[in-house]
Amino acid sequence: MMIYPCDPVFFISLALMAICALWAVMATDLLKSAIALALTSVCLSLTMFLLSSPLAAVFELSVCAGLITVIFISAISMIKPEGNDRKEDLVFRKNRRLKKYLPLPFLLVVVGIMLRMIQIDMPALPVADALPVSLSEVMWDERRVDLAGQAIIILVGVFGVVVLFKEYMKQKECEK
Amino acid sequence: MITFFIALPLLVVLILNLLPRKQADALSFWCGMALTVVSGIYVLMAPRPMTSDFDPVNLVLNWKIVTSDLTAVMLISIALVVFSAFWVGRYLLEDENRQFIFNNLLLLCMVGMNGVVFSQDLFTLYVFLEIVGASSFILIALERTKAGLEGAFKYILLSFVATVLILSSVAMLFMVCGSLDYEAVRICLTSGTLDENTSRFVLFAVGLFAAGLLIKGGMVPFHGWLPDAYSSAPTPVSVLLGGIVTKAAGIFTLIQLVRNVFVFEGVSPVLLVIGTVSIAVGAFAAMGQSNFKRLLAYSSISQIGYIIVGLGSGHIIGIVGAILHLFNHSVFKTLLFVNAAAVEKQSGTVEMDKLGGLSNKMPVTGFASVLGFLSAAGIPPLSGFWSKVLIVVGLWKAGAPMAAIIAILLSLITLAYFLSVQRKVFFGKLASGLEGVKEADFRVLVPTILLVLITLVIGLTFPWLFDTFLVPLESFL
Amino acid sequence: MESTSIFWFVASFAILLFVTGIYSLLVTRNLLRILIGVEILAKGVTLLLVSAGYLTGRVNAIQPVIITMIVVEAVIIAVAAGIVIAAYRQNGTVNTNEMCNLKG
Repeated sequence: MMIYPCDPVFFISLALMAICALWAVMATDLLKSAIALALTSVCLSLTMFLLSSPLAAVFELSVCAGLITVIFISAISMIKPEGNDRKEDLVFRKNRRLKKYLPLPFLLVVVGIMLRMIQIDMPALPVADALPVSLSEVMWDERRVDLAGQAIIILVGVFGVVVLFKEYMKQKECEK
Repeated sequence: MITFFIALPLLVVLILNLLPRKQADALSFWCGMALTVVSGIYVLMAPRPMTSDFDPVNLVLNWKIVTSDLTAVMLISIALVVFSAFWVGRYLLEDENRQFIFNNLLLLCMVGMNGVVFSQDLFTLYVFLEIVGASSFILIALERTKAGLEGAFKYILLSFVATVLILSSVAMLFMVCGSLDYEAVRICLTSGTLDENTSRFVLFAVGLFAAGLLIKGGMVPFHGWLPDAYSSAPTPVSVLLGGIVTKAAGIFTLIQLVRNVFVFEGVSPVLLVIGTVSIAVGAFAAMGQSNFKRLLAYSSISQIGYIIVGLGSGHIIGIVGAILHLFNHSVFKTLLFVNAAAVEKQSGTVEMDKLGGLSNKMPVTGFASVLGFLSAAGIPPLSGFWSKVLIVVGLWKAGAPMAAIIAILLSLITLAYFLSVQRKVFFGKLASGLEGVKEADFRVLVPTILLVLITLVIGLTFPWLFDTFLVPLESFL
Repeated sequence: MESTSIFWFVASFAILLFVTGIYSLLVTRNLLRILIGVEILAKGVTLLLVSAGYLTGRVNAIQPVIITMIVVEAVIIAVAAGIVIAAYRQNGTVNTNEMCNLKG
């Protein structure tokens, strides 16, 4: 099954993703930004599903839309006083933010025109040449080292959490 | 045996964390030390090329490893720098808990760097680069000081941009070649079957990849994060970062990819320009510094510029010189950062305005730092001289006399700012408030003396080394 | 329709994400917002990788790569968020102005 750009579901999911990304960048409230980012992930996950990568789509959905959103929201709640802007500032800041992001659509158009002018054509390999390999074969045989690497980096992440969170808690207890 | 370089440190980390905390605290240092010593000796003794025969770990890991003499050079440098960092960490970090975490992260960073050295696949390379990166971020922020957090955040930001560039390039290369294996990509790119359109696309992809690696290696114009990260990190971490991390993550990878995978005409001029600009910017910026560690960071940029220039010459002598300079730089930069650690601990500051006349109080450190500076500036007969000579000769023979002349002239500037540091910190009148300073204890003198010996021995036995060790490097090229 | 134009169709969206992310990196003064911009860049990369696998008919070869990449990025973002929170506790703010003290 080949997907065409005019395939409505495909187009809509890509377009929604772009809109969500813009919203994530431009929203005034940090919480809304985080949620918009999660929505971007959901749309991307749908796109990946349509591009026949279901397993990766599930990971995108659970890790990026789930785990990372949790990380962001807990981080935002920890810096709460800063996250909520004071009311009198809000109107002023909204105007300023709008001004700051006004050049963005303009920039997008310029980049689009530049890309048209470069005209690098995309040389994709012919689909027929691909050897039929099963997913599990690639994942567990060819890419076994990468899986080991994943385990190692998660270990590193655990140490990161210990350094950046746990010791602080200890410090706090001592101060009490 | 070769996957033990990955498996053993990992095993040590796991065991240390399962043990009761009291024993683990004491053991972590000695285990890590033993590990670095064993791996260093193994690399020196093992028959070359090292193979993954008789390797129970590899039965599980199923890793295709191709080693070369360059791999051996990198493995020795990694073991050496991590060894020194262990000693300096024991010397400087007083909190036991923090020292334990430092030792663990150091081992994990070593795993990552060894993985970068071994990897034969563009994506595996990325995974191990991120392991090195993640452990370095945490190490920089280890003491959670204001400056350390700022340096770590800047490093994360630029490293992430580098990652994005590298992965975009991986996607493009996958589209052209259908595989990410070094060998397969090289065959695909050099087979000559690509039409003009495709080769432009490939060139774009390779450019992105190289830009990503240059960010990780901290070259001009992507060097913004490097001085901040080096100077704000705790000094044991600066030893690690300055000694090996940027070289393993950026420069070694660049050498390997340019020589083995992206074999193109026309890469050399770009590398030459980036290299010479880095040498110049690093040297001139270093002249204006007042912080000892920050000065060493800028001098790193300048010295790594020499490596890039040697690589860019494309001539065999230049490249051998670049590889030797890679090793030499990790030796003398580690030595200088170890000296900085000793000065910081004994006098309480690394601001050069407040220091002076330490040479009488700390004779060993003072002498070691003179040797380190002279080696970095390329004064015969120290090891740094020989690698710079090789690079300059390579440049000359490759038909880039301008770059050779610039390299020589800027080497003089290196000498100038190093001598001025030496005068400010170690020579001259003793600064006020430093009367009670004593020589550092054995914990920091062990790595100092080892590194001094290496600098001297390589410098003095160079003609012999050239025949036995460096000429065989050609086999790799 | 050829695969070439499908690629450009998808790639233009990826480029849109890149430009959006980089622009937000350049203008924002909030550390968490910087991380959000960085995440948008990662989304663009994922999209590129997926389309590369799909268009060459090597979906099975690229999926493990994408999965590993997603996990690795999640760890990096977690560490970065930890550093932002530690910086907040240290400085009392997440404004980047507090993060511009190292110079020289």
